[in-house]
Amino acid sequence: MIVAGVDAGAAAAKAAILDSERRILGRGIARTGADVVRAAERAFRAALEAAGLQEWEIGVTTATGRGRFRVTFAAAQATEIACHARGARFRYPATRTVVDIGGQDTKAIRVAPDGSVADFAMNDACAAGTGRFLEAAASVLGVRLDEMGSLSLRSREPVHIADACAVFVESELLDHLARGRRVEDLLRGAHRAVAGRVAVLVRGIGAEPEATLTGGVSADAGMVAAIEERLGMKMNAGPDGPFAGAVGAALLALEKTGNHVRTRD
Amino acid sequence: MFVLGIDLGSRACHAVLADGEGRIAERSFLPAAADLHATARRALESFGLRRDEIQYVAATGFGRGQVRFRDLAITEITCHARAARALLPDASCVLDIGARNARAIRTCADGRTLGFRVGDRCAAGGGRLLERAARALDLPLDEIGPVSLRAQDPVAVSSVCAVLAESEIVRHVTDGRAVEDILMGLHLSVASRAAALVRQLGADGDVALTGGVARNAGMVAALERKLGLPVRTSPDSEYAGAIGAALLALKRLRILDHDPRVRLS
Repeated sequence: MIVAGVDAGAAAAKAAILDSERRILGRGIARTGADVVRAAERAFRAALEAAGLQEWEIGVTTATGRGRFRVTFAAAQATEIACHARGARFRYPATRTVVDIGGQDTKAIRVAPDGSVADFAMNDACAAGTGRFLEAAASVLGVRLDEMGSLSLRSREPVHIADACAVFVESELLDHLARGRRVEDLLRGAHRAVAGRVAVLVRGIGAEPEATLTGGVSADAGMVAAIEERLGMKMNAGPDGPFAGAVGAALLALEKTGNHVRTRD
Repeated sequence: MFVLGIDLGSRACHAVLADGEGRIAERSFLPAAADLHATARRALESFGLRRDEIQYVAATGFGRGQVRFRDLAITEITCHARAARALLPDASCVLDIGARNARAIRTCADGRTLGFRVGDRCAAGGGRLLERAARALDLPLDEIGPVSLRAQDPVAVSSVCAVLAESEIVRHVTDGRAVEDILMGLHLSVASRAAALVRQLGADGDVALTGGVARNAGMVAALERKLGLPVRTSPDSEYAGAIGAALLALKRLRILDHDPRVRLS
């Protein structure tokens, strides 16, 4: 049976289609904007197209993410914690710590050796320490989100940026720009500010190697470097990171169909 | 003779011209541009006077250090305390809610500061949250207060973050909640942060509301509900920082004129 996972996130919707052998057949992504339902549909259609499949060929669809209860075409819902833990271990099987940095919240998840969730901590009350902080910085500095990482890695003299507030960071950055500080040094400062907040969450659950970064921000190489520097720990990360939630949801859908050996969670 | 008080905030610049008796002769309001010094210069020019026609200039506010033609820079706390004493003499506590943050100040009868609390960690307790809310709801800033007063059943705002409030607004709109109920919920959220500052000072009498938020009637109502104390405003509340600076400029000028030791030092 072919299954799908849809991750309806605050900043972007992601979809992944898997076959019963747990092979990824297609993936899709769409910006959420004001309508999470439309975004989920667009991501799902993009994944179908990439897989060369029709909607009727999908057996079960599971939704996750903050908008999961609005994804009307999904048969089931699963928490982001469960999905990211699965998605991370699918790509990096030895993962014991998952750090999911999303558009509006950040989670640290400790996974037991058998794959079950042992502990987690979450920040969803404050935009600092989430992707929104980086979005605010990128918009002030006139930089595209997908070029933040490579610019930040070129920084020679990182500027200290306060980690307290995604609103105040705007005037702080403008102030530094007016003083002639370089964009890459400010970006590195913004990455470090987010890394500091993320590190508090990760230390709270007691991080163990290997650690894997997931969520939209995990594709940002500057963010990965800043977290590694702050935690003193190597992070698994790559272009698959943003799809971890969707892949995890698809794996859960596969377990529901019963034609896959269920892993304990 | 004239003295100038200039309150250069993060979002707006208020300036007043006072005569030798401390009477306010003229007022000027400008939105703050990215170049704060240029904003201050335009405020000066708006009075049609040259710098050398003004005896003394006192600057306050977030950008006071950028007012290069000042004689003196004074903290917002000192200025708001002094102005509240002149504008609303019955109040023993001043609450200044600006765009960036809120301050509660206990004053004694001559307008000096006995103690203060500042909410400067994040933007959740300042006017920027309301500004962003107005934009998200596509309403002019001056209308959100009157609209919020029509609320029958204010929404419970779970996130206090000024950035995350936007997605919360979108969610409430999607759920079919009335705009006035959403707005009053947000006003109450900002008010609860400000009220906590006032309570920490142990204030028990009238509270003088100053700063740009004072012209928002919804905020006055929300504060009275959260504080359980009468909240007073003056038509000049939003000029309070500039008025306090002008009155303190006059005081400084009198000391300079009458005490030769001060002049020499």
